[in-house]
Amino acid sequence: MKSLKTLVIAAALSLGAVGAGHAQAPAEAPAATASATPAPATDAATQAAADAAAPAGDATYVPMKPAPGVGQPVDAGINFQTQESPIGEQAYWFSHVVLLPIITVISLFVLGLLLWVIVRYRAKANPVPSKTTHNTFIEIIWTAIPVLILAVIAVPSIRLLAAQYEPPKKDALTIKVTGYQWYWGYAYPDQGIGEYVSKMLTEEQAKASGEPYHLAVDNRMVVPVGQQVKLIITGADVIHSFAVPALWTKMDAVPGRANETTFTVNKPGVYYGQCSELCGVDHGYMPIAVEALPMDKWKAWVRSKGGNPDGAEAAAPAAAQPVPEGPIAAVRTTAPAETPDTAAGDAPAASPATTN
Amino acid sequence: MTDIAATAPIHADHAHDDHDHKPGFFVRWFMSTNHKDIGTLYLIFAIIAGIVGGVLSGMMRLELAEPGIQYLQGWAQFMGGAGDEVAGKHFWNVMITAHGLIMVFFMVMPAMIGGFGNWFVPLMIGAPDMAFPRMNNVSFWLTAVAFVMLVGSMFVPGGSGNGAGTGWTVYAPLSTSGSAGPAVDMAIFSLHLAGAASILGAINFITTIFNMRAPGMTLHKMPLFVWSVLVTAFLLLLALPVLAAAITMLITDRNFGTTFYDATGGGDPVLYQHLFWFFGHPEVYIMILPGFGIVSQIISTFSRKPVFGYLGMAYAMVAIGVVGFIVWAHHMFTVGMSVNLKMYFTAATMVIAVPTGIKIFSWIATMWGGSISFKTPMVWAIGFIFMFTVGGVTGVVLANGGVDTALHDTYYVVAHFHYVLSLGAVFSLFAGFYYWFPKMSGRMYSEVLGQLHFWIFFIGVNVLFFPQHFLGQQGMPRRYPDYAEAYAYWHLISSYGYAIMAVGMVFFFVNVIYSLVAGKKAVDNPWGEGATTLEWTLSSPPPFHQFNELPRIA
Repeated sequence: MKSLKTLVIAAALSLGAVGAGHAQAPAEAPAATASATPAPATDAATQAAADAAAPAGDATYVPMKPAPGVGQPVDAGINFQTQESPIGEQAYWFSHVVLLPIITVISLFVLGLLLWVIVRYRAKANPVPSKTTHNTFIEIIWTAIPVLILAVIAVPSIRLLAAQYEPPKKDALTIKVTGYQWYWGYAYPDQGIGEYVSKMLTEEQAKASGEPYHLAVDNRMVVPVGQQVKLIITGADVIHSFAVPALWTKMDAVPGRANETTFTVNKPGVYYGQCSELCGVDHGYMPIAVEALPMDKWKAWVRSKGGNPDGAEAAAPAAAQPVPEGPIAAVRTTAPAETPDTAAGDAPAASPATTN
Repeated sequence: MTDIAATAPIHADHAHDDHDHKPGFFVRWFMSTNHKDIGTLYLIFAIIAGIVGGVLSGMMRLELAEPGIQYLQGWAQFMGGAGDEVAGKHFWNVMITAHGLIMVFFMVMPAMIGGFGNWFVPLMIGAPDMAFPRMNNVSFWLTAVAFVMLVGSMFVPGGSGNGAGTGWTVYAPLSTSGSAGPAVDMAIFSLHLAGAASILGAINFITTIFNMRAPGMTLHKMPLFVWSVLVTAFLLLLALPVLAAAITMLITDRNFGTTFYDATGGGDPVLYQHLFWFFGHPEVYIMILPGFGIVSQIISTFSRKPVFGYLGMAYAMVAIGVVGFIVWAHHMFTVGMSVNLKMYFTAATMVIAVPTGIKIFSWIATMWGGSISFKTPMVWAIGFIFMFTVGGVTGVVLANGGVDTALHDTYYVVAHFHYVLSLGAVFSLFAGFYYWFPKMSGRMYSEVLGQLHFWIFFIGVNVLFFPQHFLGQQGMPRRYPDYAEAYAYWHLISSYGYAIMAVGMVFFFVNVIYSLVAGKKAVDNPWGEGATTLEWTLSSPPPFHQFNELPRIA
């Protein structure tokens, strides 16, 4: 664990000098830098050597540097974080194309009516008040129209819920998430990666690695881009909540329960989140970082963790047989436009078996 | 009717001859059976609790004004705890817990129901007093003791430091295995006492309103404020026993080895959340419904027009009360529930927007065609309507389970419930306070200071809470003492808002003191022909015992 931490910090340090230009293509940056930096390269080489199966070129894992404005809050931002998952895009559309205009118009309408009566029916302008106390027609109107508006809202709302609860695909990557006071544990049972612990970096460490303090962690959850990820979430002591705003993901980690939620990341990047259920003294200090990598780089990361990236397929060849490139194909059909130039999985045609 | 009217003087036997003869100081204020005195006690109590809760929120805004932890350790030490980092962070959790519990149970509820309810329900229905005057007194003193218990809990060990750091929701297992020491037990007992007090109060109000209305005052002639208190009393009566059961199981889980909320013994932490929010959601209507009633009276009075759509207004409150009992799980959308359950709670929650909309539009229709004078109570009431609308529409956003995924437990939720409570319930409290101050004290408040109070407070709370929508959308979680640099800008603005609001409150306190000492003597009805309810037929202040001859309502 320690060596990996050193690796993280060293790599991030070196990346600090790379600059904004590389942030545009964060996936490429780590590999390039890692080979240019002696210290981590040595470490990485040892790890690569341990895994003879690793193809050349993607043998090393170096934690990615976060891109500004992606997967984290922006200075003085007022909107949602840019959504980087299909569910997030759908939810953002619902929230900002359906809900926000409706609530804005309603608020302004009420404000307008209030201003109108304030001006028109002030005592000076209207010395003699009317005695009207009923108007059945208008009362029906202001009951019926809100009902209609709510019905209009309900349709995309229910659709969004249904999409969020779609059963995970067979090839989804399973990660077990455990909330502890006050850190997270991640395990990849199908890849044979036992639970490792993810803790917040101190202010100095975060600065050193060029990451935002309060959000940066030592060991990230690493997932492949485009592949559906299924989280099995539980709490070890008290209730925590696993949340990643840019992926529209939040699920409580309740002791004694195994909650399930899924997400699919559109493009490589680092997506930060924070514990979202009061869990004691360090509730504010157990952030979450999800790093999405192209499939080959993710596989390299799995190997660097001592796991077998093809574990799932090896264990269940029957499931993978109809579509050899199953996981990746699934990815492409989920979000074809979002990741046009990721290295992995340019599957020529989407398999019908894996479409939504 | 007549026999009930006769009982009031029997209880206060010293009042047989002279109905305005008041008992001595101690007996009058510590053993009171007079609904107006008890109402006054509740209002004084609510103001004191409001100051404590408000100071706590000021400390929180000070700490949050910039990233990093600046003051917490010093405060923890000042409060008698350890001065280390852990104690400091624990003190943060203690502050958010205490602020929430104090504002809900010891500020808004006592002021709305105990204060204005006690003062004006009997006056408005033409009754000499409440049905059970001694029980009324017990309700108040239980509330006072509960408050002492809660404040006391901040000075005894509660796990990582002094005080209960569980949040006002007291979720298990953080509140059971997660918090050693007597602080959480004290906080729970405080809730038991406050809950018992509220149940007694609710029984009192229901009995009074059903049995002691003046001849001719049918249910459908009752002022809307009385309707609102009636609905609220039923919500209290049905919701609080569930809270009592839920927190009693917390006590036994904590102390007697039961495992109601502990999965290792076959229990479930989520059970607590269901029980809590079965109480907790009606609770938010308990806090706002009397405000609806107050605003209805004020809008009608200052528009010089009867309330528009009276029956719709009354039954909208009944509908809100009923539907309020079947939407609770929208507070726990991320707890891991089935999709069907989530769809149901999404739909049911949105339904509440309909009766709420009826109320908003009926208030505007009451003003429509009126002859409006913009006295202080009226500007507060108009401010209430708009701010409550803003808080209401963000509620519609949060009602959608799919959208709540991103907003749950973020500052967006904090902004939402402060818009409906701090800008909703509190605005209606100030509206009611200025409206009835001449009646209660016999003196007029200062109109200039009242208007200044409104405008500064209005600007302050909007600067304080509106940016919190932005923070929430950006992902800032609730209940954090510290935050990432990117959130700093709006947090600072929000803290400035608090400072503006606090300046507004200075005008309030100056106004109260000035008016009590040197305010103009108030006439029986300072508001003119628009004020049609029975309290304005009495002197200001009303006699110690009123309506010894019951008024007849045409």
